[in-house]
Amino acid sequence: MTEIAAVGMLGGLALIFGLLLGYVAVRFKVEGDPVVDKIDTILPQQQCGKCGYPGCRRYAEAIADGEADINQCPPGGEVGMLALASLLDREPKPLNTDYGVETPEMLAVIDEPTCIGCTLCIQACPVDAILGAPKHMHTVIAQECTGCELCIAPCPVDCIKMVSVAETVTSWKWPYPVWPLTVKKATPQPNPLTTQEEKNLGG
Amino acid sequence: MSEYLLIFISTVLVNNFVLVKFLGLCPFMSVSTKLETAIGMGLATTFVLTLSSVSSYLVHEYLLVPLGLEFLRTIAFILVIAVVVQLTEMIVHKTSPMLYQVLGIFLPLITTNCAVLGVALLNIQEKHGFIESAIYGFGAAIGFSLVLVLFAAMRERLAVADVPTVFKGAPIALITAGIMSMAFMGFAGLVKL
Repeated sequence: MTEIAAVGMLGGLALIFGLLLGYVAVRFKVEGDPVVDKIDTILPQQQCGKCGYPGCRRYAEAIADGEADINQCPPGGEVGMLALASLLDREPKPLNTDYGVETPEMLAVIDEPTCIGCTLCIQACPVDAILGAPKHMHTVIAQECTGCELCIAPCPVDCIKMVSVAETVTSWKWPYPVWPLTVKKATPQPNPLTTQEEKNLGG
Repeated sequence: MSEYLLIFISTVLVNNFVLVKFLGLCPFMSVSTKLETAIGMGLATTFVLTLSSVSSYLVHEYLLVPLGLEFLRTIAFILVIAVVVQLTEMIVHKTSPMLYQVLGIFLPLITTNCAVLGVALLNIQEKHGFIESAIYGFGAAIGFSLVLVLFAAMRERLAVADVPTVFKGAPIALITAGIMSMAFMGFAGLVKL
């Protein structure tokens, strides 16, 4: 009898607490900034840090706060910048080359015979796409690699190189209709009125 | 009234949970390196300890005793404490993001603070009533916070003091804690319960 009471009591208590926690979780739900979430979904999630912020989420927060501009993400490229501009109702502007240039989709590959197993690239990888252990060969998990290039700089034997991802039947997509934007220098237009007057004076 | 005051003073000073009963030593050693974090931890612990002391008393009095299941109190109290901590975290997160920022990681850490379970069990052992449980929990938490803040202030000074190499870091902190504990033993006899 005691056993049944014990199981019933603890189970019932846990059930009541669970329901209470579930209710409170819904009732006191904390919404993150919805704009930040929307910006974050547009960003490519490479976590490469080229924009100057530690990760895409921080960059999204900085854009939402007005700290950062929308043209600092080279992996997102022209397409990403245009999407951000239309989301935030801002003027599209060409990518700021201070933060890097747009490159095609890349993949890090470790030259395994050269690898000395120093684990430095593992520590640098923001998405844990490198597999290995100290003094053992490392390798890149191709499906996980975002091509952020952060592992190249720490490698002491320079055995990591970026290769472009070959397009296959499954990965090919229709290209977006994108026209590259360039800043045009404003050339001084000859004022038709003054030229006319000059002509008159001259005549 | 004076009885409640006696319980309060005796838990804060005479039977201090950290330095006399040696409960909750883990956060005492690990969260006392900076004064601000110590204050944050003290605040969070005060809140949770008072609440969990009261709610575990209620669970014991109205659930365990009528069913004759007092032997299950430890596991039941752990359940109650975990829920109280979770609940506090969610409500604080929603209602005051500032406080949530200050408390941060310390809130979930309190679940494993043995002083919290210790207070709940000691309440039963000492046969405290509802108000007494609340005061006992609050007093224990105030004592914990007091000692934590004092110790953090000392460790900030210790960090820049000229300590012999072998004693640097944890050893000198433990020695300091020991001396502090001896100092708190001096309060014994201040209150007789």
